[in-house]
Amino acid sequence: MGEPGTKTPLSLEELDAAVGLRTGRKHVLSILVENRPGVLTRIAGLFARRGFNIETLTVGPTDDEKFSRITLTVDGALHPIDQVTKQLHKLVNVLKIRDLEPAGTVTRELALFKVAAEAQARSEILEFTEVFRGRVVDTTKRSVTVEVTGDSEKIDAFERVVRTYGLIEMMRTGEIAMSRGRTET
Amino acid sequence: MRAVDAVMECLKAEGVDVVFGLPGGANLPTYDAFYDAGIRHVLVRHEAGGGHAAEGYAKATGKVGVALATSGPGATNLVTPIADAMMDSVPVVFITGQVRTELLGTDGFQEADTMGITLPIVKHSFMIQHPLEIPRAIHEAFHIARTGRPGPVVIDIPQDLSRAEIAYEPVLDVSLPGYQPTVEGNQKQIRQAANALASARRPVIYAGGGVINSGASAELVELATSDRFPVTCTLMGLGGFPGTHAQWLGMLGMHGTRAANYAMDEADLICAVGARFDDRITGKLAEFAPHAKFIHIDIDPAEISKNVPAHIPIVGDARHVLRKLVAEYRALEPDPERLRDWWARIEAWKAEHPLRYEDSTDAEIKPQYLVQALYEATDGQAIVVSDVGQHQMWTAQYYHFTRPRQWINSGGLGTMGFGLPAGMGAKVGSPDDTVCVIAGDGSIQMNSQELATCVQEQIAVKVFIMNNGYLGMVRQWQELFWDHRYSQVDMGEHPDFVKLAEAYGATGLRFTDKASLVEDIRAAIATPGTVVADVRVTREENTYPMIAPGAAARDMVG
Repeated sequence: MGEPGTKTPLSLEELDAAVGLRTGRKHVLSILVENRPGVLTRIAGLFARRGFNIETLTVGPTDDEKFSRITLTVDGALHPIDQVTKQLHKLVNVLKIRDLEPAGTVTRELALFKVAAEAQARSEILEFTEVFRGRVVDTTKRSVTVEVTGDSEKIDAFERVVRTYGLIEMMRTGEIAMSRGRTET
Repeated sequence: MRAVDAVMECLKAEGVDVVFGLPGGANLPTYDAFYDAGIRHVLVRHEAGGGHAAEGYAKATGKVGVALATSGPGATNLVTPIADAMMDSVPVVFITGQVRTELLGTDGFQEADTMGITLPIVKHSFMIQHPLEIPRAIHEAFHIARTGRPGPVVIDIPQDLSRAEIAYEPVLDVSLPGYQPTVEGNQKQIRQAANALASARRPVIYAGGGVINSGASAELVELATSDRFPVTCTLMGLGGFPGTHAQWLGMLGMHGTRAANYAMDEADLICAVGARFDDRITGKLAEFAPHAKFIHIDIDPAEISKNVPAHIPIVGDARHVLRKLVAEYRALEPDPERLRDWWARIEAWKAEHPLRYEDSTDAEIKPQYLVQALYEATDGQAIVVSDVGQHQMWTAQYYHFTRPRQWINSGGLGTMGFGLPAGMGAKVGSPDDTVCVIAGDGSIQMNSQELATCVQEQIAVKVFIMNNGYLGMVRQWQELFWDHRYSQVDMGEHPDFVKLAEAYGATGLRFTDKASLVEDIRAAIATPGTVVADVRVTREENTYPMIAPGAAARDMVG
């Protein structure tokens, strides 16, 4: 019998107050896992079970083919992540988890922007691409496709700029992250 | 040999002497291997019964239980036992058949995504993708199920792969890089815990199912008696500390004793051992044990500070940690006199608020009395398996368990229908013990088909149905918290349990008289084979005392 068992209706404020501690910052979790089927589902399931939204997620091989690296970002302002991190540790196929501190971490993300580029706007878009150290990877008479690499803030900034010209579509890979300095992430 | 024959070799190598299951299309190869494998197979009548039986076996023996089912509906019928084993940390390996690999993901006949469905409720699972993986997966499954914090492991084997010919070589080494449970506790933390215990003036030891799982009962008694520490146990921990001991406070939590709950409420130090501060223990979390500092000993780091922040966390196996803690504590030679006031307070609570109920003045059997009569008739020595509901709480209160693995029930998930099959598994695992199942008239009907299994396999469980014609616990909540609006809880007098028992070939009895109840129970237990006693008890009796939902321990009622 779930709580509370009384017939008093629950107010929405009470429901809101009943959630756990939040850190208030973005968390970049770098998770080293065994390269086995189902691992991603197990990890995603721990977040889904609590109703947490994973903001970005990347999975890729590492220098050792037995292992893969999962990098995911979660908003600690919305979700209490301490407990979920402990649960992640318990998964048999998970070897290591780092909750990376932004200051000690290099993060990169790749994004593709397809922008409407009529004749008069084209040169301005190319200039901004230059400023953001992006690259034009495809072009037609009425559009350009630009590749930008950087941390999420830089990509957000480029998005704001090109939106004014007419953003046809955008795709982002999600962040990968590596700790600074000599030691392994 | 065939992969399924390798499965049999692996089971034998793991020391499996009995499995519980039901065959079907996708595990036909496995059942062909069972035909002459020399492993006892108990044919259950429903896969859920098999799953719970494997749990009961594991809980009674401490060994890994094994349950089998076919694909699709067979596997989905195991979902409840798997979830139950996860919540109560029961080591069980579930082996399910799966459709042929070419049919996977095509909605093939009797296909279900067993891996996907069970993912959130397993300790780990294996989806076999190549026949050569099978032996290692089985050994890894047993290793994971029984070590660390025990739990359920599922192995899903597609039918075609199980038929493959493989060269079988025994697997002798199991090493999982991502799975290294911490067994030994941190010595520094243990010393700190000993110091805290030595200076505490109002300490309580609060022990849970982890004490049973790690076999730490003797060490728990050792710690408690190395001074005069009062001890309380959770529903899952009962039997981990003798219920007849002078330092025993009784169970704590929603239907625990006042002495235990008040002691927690006023304690200055609580030493939690293998317990997880479940909401049925804490009541209103913000007002739980407001004066206490917490030592938390648990093998699962994710339990530490999950609900209540631990001041001294110790990750490790309870037995190892308690041994060291006792040694550290003794070396301190603390003054036992400092606990005198605390004990005076506790003794006053015990004297003022014993467990009590108003007994009948006629022949009517009060449900609490049924448990007392069972206790008397069995000299407190039976393995008692309960179902879920009021009868479970009364049994926890009035049967004073004195040894670990004597009390078997479904705590975390609260699975009605657990009792009979779990009792069946317990009796198979512990054949020389008297195994009594206490069930409600609601619960028993959720797996009563296993009476057929008991009779066919000559499993002599003694079932006592505490029959009040209600879904009693729900009725109690409707009475207390929902203005007596009894909605869908009256089960009437259906079925006739004596006839039901007889239809299955078991002995059916009906007890209605308090005066002869102890003798009636003795006679039932002395009757050979499976016995079902329909015990008519007071219709509307409430389980007290009680911490009302959302209330604090000090505000217990009843």
